[in-house]
Amino acid sequence: MFFQANQLQQLLNTLLSKGYRCIGPQVRDGAIIYDSISSTEQLPRGINDEQKPGHYSLNNNTSSKYFDWANGPQAIKPLLFASRERLWESKQSDEGQISFELTEPETKPTVIIGARACDIAAMKIQDQHFLEQEFVDPYYKARRETLLTVAVNCSHPADTCFCHSTGDGPFVDDGADVVLTELDSGFLVDARTPQGKNLLEGLSLEDSTKEQLEESESIKANASKQKRQLPRFDIKSRLFNELNNDAWHEIATKCLSCGNCTSVCPTCFCHSENDVPELDGKSSAHYREWDSCFGQGHSYIHGITIRSETSQRYRQWLTHKFSSWHEQYGRSGCVGCGRCITWCPVGIDVTESLGHFEERRRD
Amino acid sequence: MSKPRVAVHKFSSCDGCQLAFINLGEPLLVLAGLVDIIHFAEAGPLDENAKIDIAFIEGSISASHDIERLNKIRENSTYLITIGACATSGGIQALRNMADTKQWIEGIYANPTVIDTLDNSSAIKDHVKVDLELWGCPISKQQIITAIRALLFGVLPIEDKDKVCMECKRQQTVCVMVTKNEPCMGPVTRTGCGALCPSVGRDCYGCYGPAENPNTQAMANRLQGLGLIKDEAARRFLFINSGADAFHQQGTRMKEAD
Repeated sequence: MFFQANQLQQLLNTLLSKGYRCIGPQVRDGAIIYDSISSTEQLPRGINDEQKPGHYSLNNNTSSKYFDWANGPQAIKPLLFASRERLWESKQSDEGQISFELTEPETKPTVIIGARACDIAAMKIQDQHFLEQEFVDPYYKARRETLLTVAVNCSHPADTCFCHSTGDGPFVDDGADVVLTELDSGFLVDARTPQGKNLLEGLSLEDSTKEQLEESESIKANASKQKRQLPRFDIKSRLFNELNNDAWHEIATKCLSCGNCTSVCPTCFCHSENDVPELDGKSSAHYREWDSCFGQGHSYIHGITIRSETSQRYRQWLTHKFSSWHEQYGRSGCVGCGRCITWCPVGIDVTESLGHFEERRRD
Repeated sequence: MSKPRVAVHKFSSCDGCQLAFINLGEPLLVLAGLVDIIHFAEAGPLDENAKIDIAFIEGSISASHDIERLNKIRENSTYLITIGACATSGGIQALRNMADTKQWIEGIYANPTVIDTLDNSSAIKDHVKVDLELWGCPISKQQIITAIRALLFGVLPIEDKDKVCMECKRQQTVCVMVTKNEPCMGPVTRTGCGALCPSVGRDCYGCYGPAENPNTQAMANRLQGLGLIKDEAARRFLFINSGADAFHQQGTRMKEAD
């Protein structure tokens, strides 16, 4: 189906009138970030991005499209896996009795508009981690159950994108409630779930034409032309045979071990927990916050930091993401979004790092 | 049971870290109920030579009589905690360690003989055993509360030595280095400030000192890649915490190579 570009505001109005909080892309502090929106005026129309290792900037262009850019630093992860939240609180009564109280996550029915194929693929991975295991995470679950996704197929890749080689983009496969493809005159729309179909109530939908479908195919072909790709050797099997490769040390001379890569990674789920007691000592709050394998605490056990060196931390990240992740979740933990490349302050390129471990050709 | 006795001492400093106590607000009243504040010149109580349980030290060792006073405080205290960059690394005034102090004094003061100063401004740990260091310029209220609460529980607080970037990303602040080429020191600087500077769109200048495992050489290379000349990049390290080992070594290495 198809709707005219001017119907986009109608879509927002419908969602807002149904009581949804709408989260959409917008320009802030020199980047396209996600926050509440109520008007299409807030969308980054006529804006495109320039990304390369360690660099991100925005430019104005003459396009009338709303989604003619590749992803910014966030997408869905911060909405579902909170960067910091209180899990529970303990209190001591005057008689010395200690009681524990669960902190219920605050949720509101939410629709995210503009998420990309890589974001949807990453959400599916985080669903596996937080929901599809023996112990379900109630905080993630509460937010996930109230989130609907209106995804947008990518129109052009950033220099740092490589979703085509991970098989996660540039067009949305499954996992979104509604998928849009932005054409010159409007949007192809595909409701993939009954909830998604409900979101489209009140829109003037037209049957899509052959020309529109061709335009969509051409957009897909264009967005698939990505400069970067994962190396083609069997990464999963090889990495654990390369633990003593000098390349880890070589990468570590450049790596700041700052954790920016893992923070922007849409699948990284590591966290730490800590207690924040009130000064009077009568109550204490227990928090969970994003952590990183690049920090000291991640491998701190009983007085020893097991991975004290950056080479070990970088190796931990890559061997988990591309190798042991397969054992845990049946696939690699990388969706090819390229954020770790763009948002690395020193521009370390994960596809290049992996290339170090390609088997030397034997003559 | 008597309440733990606390003192706040000042050496060479701007008093900003003592204000972290005074500005506590309501928790200050709670604190006053939990401990006896025996000596805190800026707030009123005076008893410098009393035996105490927790001594907080602001300021660096900068004059000859400081050392004797510090030794007495150490003798009189069960726990000694440094607060802020001055006490912990020598502070901004440690910049003079790289200059000729005598020449400066003669060049600035009309009557140099009345000036009593050591050649170097040094951290408290260079002179006595320090039980806990609270970094920052100035320290935050939360650092004070966390430290005192942990000690009242009978343990030392867990130190967060991660980089500022971790907190910046938790706040979903857009990276000022990646988007604006700001020479942000966040990737080598210890967290604790709440990523204050990047959250208002400017670069971190390292006032909480080095984080654990800081790759200062890679940071220096990046700063130069952003267009800073070597001397400017060196000064990013040789600033508020020029006396902190990791920053000092990187900065002086670059100065010498320049």
